[in-house]
Amino acid sequence: MTDIDCETPPFGVYVHVPFCTHRCDYCAFATWTDRSHLIADYMSCCRDQARALARGMAPVTSVFFGGGTPNLAAPSMLAEVIAELPLAPGAEVTVECNPDLVTGAAMRAYRDMGVNRISLGVQSMAPHVLAALGRQHDPAMVEASVYAVRSSGIDSLNLDLIFGSPAESVADCEHSLRAALALEPDHMSVYGLTPEPGTPVGDDPARHPDDDDMADKYVLIDEMLERAGFEMYEISNWARPGAQCRHNLLYWQQGSYAGIGCAAHSHRDGRRFWSVRTPERYVSAIRAGRTVEAGSESLDDDERRLEALQLALRTSAGVPAGAVPDDVADLVMPAGDGRLRLTVRGRLLANEVAIRLQHPPQTPA
Amino acid sequence: MPNVPPEPDIRQDSGASGSSGPGSIRNFSIIAHIDHGKSTLSDRILELTGAVEERSMRAQYLDSMDLERERGITIKAQNVRVGWRGHTLHLIDTPGHVDFGYEVSRSLAACEGVVLLVDAAQGIEAQTLANCYLALEADLAIVPVLNKIDLPAADPDLYASEIERVLGIDAGEVLAISAKTGDGVETLLDTIVERIPPPSGDPNDPLQALIFDSHFDQYRGVISSVRVMNGRLGTGDRLRFMHAGGVHLAEEVGVRVPAATPADELGPGEVGYLIAGIKDVAEARSGETVTSAAAPADAPLDGYDDPKPMVFCGLYPVDGDEYPELRDALAKLRLNDASVSFEPETSGALGFGFRCGFLGLLHMEIVRERLEREFDLSLIATAPSVAYRVRTSEGDDVEVDNPSDLPPAAQVDEISEPMLNVSILTPSAYTGAVMDLCQSRRGSMSQMDYLSPERVELRYELPLAEVVTDFFDQLKSRTQGYASLDYDHAGYRAERLVRVDILLNSEPVDAFSAICHRDGAYPYGKAITAKLAELIPRQLFDVPIQAAIGGRIIARETVKAKRKDVLSKCYGGDITRKRKLLERQKEGKKRMKAIGRVEVPNEAFVSALRLDQ
Repeated sequence: MTDIDCETPPFGVYVHVPFCTHRCDYCAFATWTDRSHLIADYMSCCRDQARALARGMAPVTSVFFGGGTPNLAAPSMLAEVIAELPLAPGAEVTVECNPDLVTGAAMRAYRDMGVNRISLGVQSMAPHVLAALGRQHDPAMVEASVYAVRSSGIDSLNLDLIFGSPAESVADCEHSLRAALALEPDHMSVYGLTPEPGTPVGDDPARHPDDDDMADKYVLIDEMLERAGFEMYEISNWARPGAQCRHNLLYWQQGSYAGIGCAAHSHRDGRRFWSVRTPERYVSAIRAGRTVEAGSESLDDDERRLEALQLALRTSAGVPAGAVPDDVADLVMPAGDGRLRLTVRGRLLANEVAIRLQHPPQTPA
Repeated sequence: MPNVPPEPDIRQDSGASGSSGPGSIRNFSIIAHIDHGKSTLSDRILELTGAVEERSMRAQYLDSMDLERERGITIKAQNVRVGWRGHTLHLIDTPGHVDFGYEVSRSLAACEGVVLLVDAAQGIEAQTLANCYLALEADLAIVPVLNKIDLPAADPDLYASEIERVLGIDAGEVLAISAKTGDGVETLLDTIVERIPPPSGDPNDPLQALIFDSHFDQYRGVISSVRVMNGRLGTGDRLRFMHAGGVHLAEEVGVRVPAATPADELGPGEVGYLIAGIKDVAEARSGETVTSAAAPADAPLDGYDDPKPMVFCGLYPVDGDEYPELRDALAKLRLNDASVSFEPETSGALGFGFRCGFLGLLHMEIVRERLEREFDLSLIATAPSVAYRVRTSEGDDVEVDNPSDLPPAAQVDEISEPMLNVSILTPSAYTGAVMDLCQSRRGSMSQMDYLSPERVELRYELPLAEVVTDFFDQLKSRTQGYASLDYDHAGYRAERLVRVDILLNSEPVDAFSAICHRDGAYPYGKAITAKLAELIPRQLFDVPIQAAIGGRIIARETVKAKRKDVLSKCYGGDITRKRKLLERQKEGKKRMKAIGRVEVPNEAFVSALRLDQ
């Protein structure tokens, strides 16, 4: 990963690409499988929005194309958006990719337009677990995708895994981890399966994960990753030293970011706002020159400070010791600098700690 | 709409015009089982006698309380005066449930006769029979009637002979009617005039009037239903209430036709209402004798009894802040129902509430429902209990209606529990099922009689505590709804009773303590610990749930420590959602009651206590 000039305050841009060829059984994101005819219009609107936002925009230290399936759009469409943004030197530019659709040509095109990080939606390396999640790729496609990424010269690679499906044994989980590590990523995001209401997984209790099984798997995953030289830096994220995702850190450090596209969220100085949910409404608003903002919230100072604690608690940086009350003292450990971070057991119970956090007593500057 | 029926038209011949001579008066009640058609018959009588015009008829005119309509039962007694071919008939409606047996007996005391109304497709039921025996004991004339003869399943001959066998009334005297179509109702009215004797009583004797129902009206105060036995009861008289001891002015005396219509006075045999500026129904209870303050009678009428609560439970507001509202609601409710008792009680688990006493289970349910409905309260009720008599090792007798108040085992010499004589009428095919049920509830059979080859009356002695749980529901389900039940109180009996305590993380939870028979202690302990283990969310540490007798643990479950929360991702778009989720979770904690270190959602108390019944 290239270093960024330390003087540049971090500022991120998120671009939402809400199209998929297929909806996974656990997915509750703003994404559509029947609107590929909209992709070109939609991406040109993203370009227009980027152009409008770029006026007066701070140097951009990270860009993240998420979805949906960003690699369903032609690389040139993403390139047009990137071209509008005032990138800081060494900016991190990530594209989330579905292994079904990764090609060597696309990866080379990404490299040429400045993409330096790929995040692959692997989810599992066990075929029957992939089937149980409603995924359409198989482990061989993952291997081919990683080969395509490597061949293009893009050297930073994240693999996303999902654990906790009842179809996944502990051995399956271990196998997925081992197979993923064999592909030598420098970053791993490993998420617990969350049954979201309204999804096929969420609506079928038989497909819900079991809490104890998930806890067992999480402990195993953490051990395996640590042993492989990864460091946990957020509840669901591990990286080799220096390979932390700067864009994601921005979220947990309450940094500022601009969202482009439908259903994208933005944050600036305690004001959080988000755009209209569907691509149709987004396109028509951009075309008509209307705002795409659909809602917002502004936090007062107390709320902001509490939110900062709640976000920091998820990371290895932890929170000031005074913020953690005694009744959850056994879920945290020292993080240096008078701060406390969650233990492995504590990470599994992060909400229980988060709702108990209190503002530490004000210390004179 | 208020619960007040529309103003009916009054006709000249409806008997509304003040006093009439006792010779032309007939006072009667209808005794019937639920659904055997009492309300329909009452409606038909009102219609036929012209007391209520057809167009202003509302089905089940007399059952005016919403709850009564919904449950199809009569809770408060009503009365109405109608005219029929030169006679004045007072129809006195009686409560239809065993919980209100005392009220029934007072209503019957106001009558000279009863109409025994039996469904011609179902035959006589236990409670009807019990009330009929009450009427026979009181020497009342009985007019037996089979209703619903228009039903295809009606078998009037069979059930007429059953009435003959059970009550010794000649089957040939049994009338057959359909209250629904009106068929035979005129004949019934003629028969009432013919067979029920007119009241006796001397207008010149000192006043003795029986109160057989009182209810509280927010504008007029207490309105009592009265039957004059001797003397005259006039508007403006100063009255002495002989049991309660108060002296009140008769602000208004009148008759219901069925609209309340003031009259100058009521003479012997007449039935009507009395308003005397009383603010509390306890001052004018059923069974009270009213006499003249100036020229009082020597003695009150027979048969007065204090209502004695038989079933107890703790009532607590779900939201502890509503305690003052609950207190006010109980006080207001008691103005209308003197048979409810309540006193403040504190529960470690549930906070501040009241220990309440009721006439029976139905009464308990009704009171609770009225509190929730009429006063907009959300309540937690603890498991129903009965009043135990405890002899302490020092030889004192104490009454205990709350398991928490039971002295420690070492200080208890003997515990006695209230018993019932229970009569169950069932089709003979279910005899075995009923016997099984009674046996499993510690019953001992005292008698078994065949009313007909198809119907049996079983008599059992059963502990009240076994009946107040789900006995009635069980009886119904095991006999497909055919069995009926009646009971009398039968004193106390010493038993091997113990208190089972429930401990949560080693802390006793008073709301779940129960007194039960030694043989029932283990199943109770097992059931409630299992239920709580399901209902209590996992905490940050293992939570043992134990059932104990004294220091001995008899059942145990463990809620294993929670190991995992929601592990959802938290990126740009998730932050707001996540913060709100945490806020909700924090709010949720406020709705929990802390038992020691364990947080228990209020809903868990509600469900555990409800399932327990």
